[in-house]
Amino acid sequence: MSTPYAKLPAWADYGLIPLINLAVAFIVAGLVVLLVGENPFRAAAILVEGAFGRGQGIAYTLFYATNFIFTGLAVAVAMHAGLFNIGGEGQAYVAGLGVGLVCLALDRVVPWYVTFPFAIAGAALFGAAWAFIPAYLQAKRGSHIVITTIMFNMIAASLMIYVLRDILKPEAMQEVKTRMLEAGAQLPRLNWIIELFGTARIRSAPFNVSFLLALVMAYLVWLLIWRTKLGYEIRTFGFSQKAARYAGISEVRVTIIAMLISGALAGMMSINAIMGDQHSVYVDLAGGAGFIGIAVALMGRAHPVGIILASILFGMLYQGGAELSFEMPAISRDMIVIIQGLVILFAGALEHMFRPYIQTLFASISPKSVGMAAVKGEGA
Amino acid sequence: MSFFDVIIQTLDSTIRLSVPLLLACLAGLYSERSGIFDIGLEGKMLAAAFAGAAAASVFHSAWIGLGIAILVSVSLALVHGFASITHRGNQIVSGLAINFVAAGSTIILGQAWFQQGGRTPALAPNERFEAITLPGADAIREVPIIGPIYSELISGHSLLVYVAFLAVPFTWWVLFRTRFGLRLRAVGENPAAVDTAGISVAWLRYRAVICTGVLTAIAGAYLSMVQSGGFVKDMTAGKGYIALAALIFAKWRPVNAMFACLLFGFLDALAIRLQGAPLPIIGKVPVQLMQALPYILTVILLAGFIGKAIPPRAGGVPYVKER
Amino acid sequence: MAEAAIELIGISKSFGAVRANRDINLEITRGTIHGIVGENGAGKSTLMSILYGFYQADSGEIRVNGKPTSIKSSNDAIATGIGMVHQHFMLVDNFTVLENIILGAESDALLKSSIAKARSELERLEREYGLEVDPDAIIEELPVGLQQRVEILKALYRGAEILILDEPTGVLTPAEADHLFRILRQLKEQGKTIVLITHKLREIMAITDSVSVMRQGTMVATRETKQTTVEELAELMVGRRVLLRVEKGEARAGEVKLSVKNLVVKDQRGVTMVDDVSFDVRAGEIVGIAGVAGNGQSELLEAISGIRKAVSGSVTLDGKPIDLTGAADPGELRQRGLAHVPEDRHHVGLVLAFEENENSILGYHNDKRYLKGPLLDVDAIMADAKDKIAKYDIRPANPRLRTANFSGGNQQKIVLAREIEQDPGVLIVGQPTRGVDVGAIEFIHKRLIAMRDQGKAVLLVSVELDEIRSLSDRILVMFAGRVVGERGPEASEGELGLLMAGVEQKEAAE
Repeated sequence: MSTPYAKLPAWADYGLIPLINLAVAFIVAGLVVLLVGENPFRAAAILVEGAFGRGQGIAYTLFYATNFIFTGLAVAVAMHAGLFNIGGEGQAYVAGLGVGLVCLALDRVVPWYVTFPFAIAGAALFGAAWAFIPAYLQAKRGSHIVITTIMFNMIAASLMIYVLRDILKPEAMQEVKTRMLEAGAQLPRLNWIIELFGTARIRSAPFNVSFLLALVMAYLVWLLIWRTKLGYEIRTFGFSQKAARYAGISEVRVTIIAMLISGALAGMMSINAIMGDQHSVYVDLAGGAGFIGIAVALMGRAHPVGIILASILFGMLYQGGAELSFEMPAISRDMIVIIQGLVILFAGALEHMFRPYIQTLFASISPKSVGMAAVKGEGA
Repeated sequence: MSFFDVIIQTLDSTIRLSVPLLLACLAGLYSERSGIFDIGLEGKMLAAAFAGAAAASVFHSAWIGLGIAILVSVSLALVHGFASITHRGNQIVSGLAINFVAAGSTIILGQAWFQQGGRTPALAPNERFEAITLPGADAIREVPIIGPIYSELISGHSLLVYVAFLAVPFTWWVLFRTRFGLRLRAVGENPAAVDTAGISVAWLRYRAVICTGVLTAIAGAYLSMVQSGGFVKDMTAGKGYIALAALIFAKWRPVNAMFACLLFGFLDALAIRLQGAPLPIIGKVPVQLMQALPYILTVILLAGFIGKAIPPRAGGVPYVKER
Repeated sequence: MAEAAIELIGISKSFGAVRANRDINLEITRGTIHGIVGENGAGKSTLMSILYGFYQADSGEIRVNGKPTSIKSSNDAIATGIGMVHQHFMLVDNFTVLENIILGAESDALLKSSIAKARSELERLEREYGLEVDPDAIIEELPVGLQQRVEILKALYRGAEILILDEPTGVLTPAEADHLFRILRQLKEQGKTIVLITHKLREIMAITDSVSVMRQGTMVATRETKQTTVEELAELMVGRRVLLRVEKGEARAGEVKLSVKNLVVKDQRGVTMVDDVSFDVRAGEIVGIAGVAGNGQSELLEAISGIRKAVSGSVTLDGKPIDLTGAADPGELRQRGLAHVPEDRHHVGLVLAFEENENSILGYHNDKRYLKGPLLDVDAIMADAKDKIAKYDIRPANPRLRTANFSGGNQQKIVLAREIEQDPGVLIVGQPTRGVDVGAIEFIHKRLIAMRDQGKAVLLVSVELDEIRSLSDRILVMFAGRVVGERGPEASEGELGLLMAGVEQKEAAE
């Protein structure tokens, strides 16, 4: 039996179980809120209100979600190839350099829509480059990609501080970052779209064109994984290396290409941060989004639609969490880090904890659907 | 200051900086030798640092602080065990989750309980593990060469420093001279052999992750109760990952682990001392390069260019009885 | 006088829907060597795993030395004096011999005294049974024969009175095997009871006192070795199944399509699995390779299809060589007209998590018919899948269904449809009807005959002797990696059975 758990109807598999895992993660998070001495239900209400109550909140929610869509897609593409790319954080950070170099060169010369495609290319190139070495070492020398990508996250942090402080920072500036980027590298805001729905005027939210890029990438990832030959090869390899060998699919090629795509996607996150929000390249610009990508991909079951939904959820937590910390000073935004950890724990590592119970439940409700499938699945 | 003094001071800070790495590295060694990968060293260390400092300041006792640190760290280790041993979950995912839960909850709880921006209150001397002056250290301080080496380098550290360095031969002894160590090494190499020999694979691995929890707790306590006088948010700052790198660098051996951690600690000490000042012969080396060097060296090792780091054979794979 | 060391009464064990053991009764006399023979999957290993506490029987009773005993774990088995030498050694490769021997049987918490005690005990055992091995050698540096000796010593060190050996000679050279038999005889003389699981009848005849035959989860017979013959055992083992008659005309063999010359293949452990094998397959004929599983057939198929590298020899397809260095591209071989239905459809031939239509292009996904530029032509793939579903009567007729949800027979049809419909010149097929229901078997057989009649070359590997006999135009028998004989389809079951059991023709004639 190679798929010991695949005996539930699809809606239970893709809907019910993730929801239960998510619910448990939130219940445990609620316990933390209790421990801090606040009311978890009131906290949840403030959080949702903060994220969706006003146009400003929605715009921020979607701004954060943009980051997570990119990094979530990055983790998902690697996951389909059976690879665990923990290095999204470093890839996004280094990609910031690619974006920064393009922007610094073009922002005073051309309008944003000329800079944008070059910035995308820069982000993709630098992000992919940072993923290449771990990919190559995994494919050719068998070095465990989880460990190498962790190491590359740490190396990226040192490298970027060096580049920013010793090379790109203008002499006169105190803060470690590049000079401010000008109009040619500032992406237009999309707040007006939200205002179309009748919300109050949104003054300052950095919700911008990168969101559309993220949606396009989500579509392209879907196309890649389920509609291209390459995606077919990636999935075959991810499910069964033996079947891939049988089908004449090169292990080295799939590993490296999947990781390059993954790195490129993670890299695009930096466009949102640099061109959409801060208008400079700054220290720790990935800000943990690379890691949230892991939670998002696990929760979204590595499917672009799931990833978009999970990203919006985490965007909501980020934005609502900011509001929450005003209302309940005891709860800072770091609450999200806990929730993120709990989601990774329950939707990832303990993914199958509740499954046997649900299977039993299903079996008792309709013994036929579950029991028969088990017999058939056995195959012999 | 003479050149000799500079060396003594640099080596002294090397020791101080390598202690948390060494404890975390040995912690990881127990777990990984039993076949359970643990990238959650960072989180356990952080949680223990917080729990230790918080408890020490509340109960005015360093020892109670350490006890609570161990309790918290072992609990997290058991969560990792529950996910990866009992539920056969992905060990990487589980470790990562623990890092996040620890990173977030130390700040939230710290702020809620102490309202000092995520810090715990500054610890009084009796709430910390203070420096111990070894016998005769003061007497021979003025003796050239040997005096400073003994009184500065060897004497004058906190109890936990000595614990860390004693943990090296102790771990070696446990691993290679006891029944538990034999079984631990066996289960990381071939759990089926252990199972057919009538030993419970799960119980053995749980004991290994408990050892990991205890040692990461001491590492965390060292950070918050020795190196600084209280908990500061995110105070592990990647030390758990350097410890992981050191573990690979040491090829999962205790004595090598000590040298790897001393090397990485030395790089750190050097970076702090130089602050970008030029080195003889090599010239100016960016501080960041020194900081990244442990990771770079580990990647080169992993790539098989300087020897081969072969992890325990059953590492990372949940044990399933074969049909 | 003869007491039973072990009695098994009514033992049954199921894994899901698979009934691995059905109502097994067995009595093994103390101080004898008892053989258990049967084909792969007959349930021998499951039965022994129950005896060793690795699995619990669903029902039935175990008696050791006449006393009903409950064996819940390996520990219980060891405590009742049962030791086991597993087919895949349960040794820690980077430990020394001594460390392996004391693992789990340490005398106290510190190793020093445990090892000292074990060292003297080991010396005694080595002297007593002639089992020499350097106690400080590292396991992975020892040849397999010695590793096995360590396994035996491990069991004896734990005080085993009853020793189970699971396919012990599978990895041994003939000389090593002879040595093992000498050891076993000596153990018997010392009063130990030995259970030998094997599918090699020669070994049974050479060393056992009595023998039991298992087939499809049941115990079909027990005989005194002296009073039985290889022929009888072979027949009991394979069973007198209803021969599925397949309508087929005369073969009209044409030119050589596939030619294998002096092929040598080793497995991961470096054991030679295919040993100097040569044969041709011509257009319009089915060449069947008979043999008990594990005699090199799998490795032979994998080498020909470019999945496994060969050590030496050559394979040509339509006169042009196939790359055997391990760098061969199975995709390119498909283009040259070599189709392959692999033995393991679950892990190799199919991706069970895929939808049916996705599996129907596996390996042919580079084919222009299924592509629109870099994109998959979903409509074409779906139409093609539906077409195959209709042609091969695959049920349920739903190309969007996950492959894991099809029955074994239908899964196999998915693979066959994919490989046959590409119209290859050469088809190599491994275990085409393993785990397949009777209705599908007939269908699959007819398809293979049709392939032959269209002038294709078919190489068929099967452990089902009936299948080989009813389909093949020529039969090659493999034993221990070698082709030990070629026969026509008219060869009798007994004759083939003897060849499969490694009994030389001359020997059998005596």
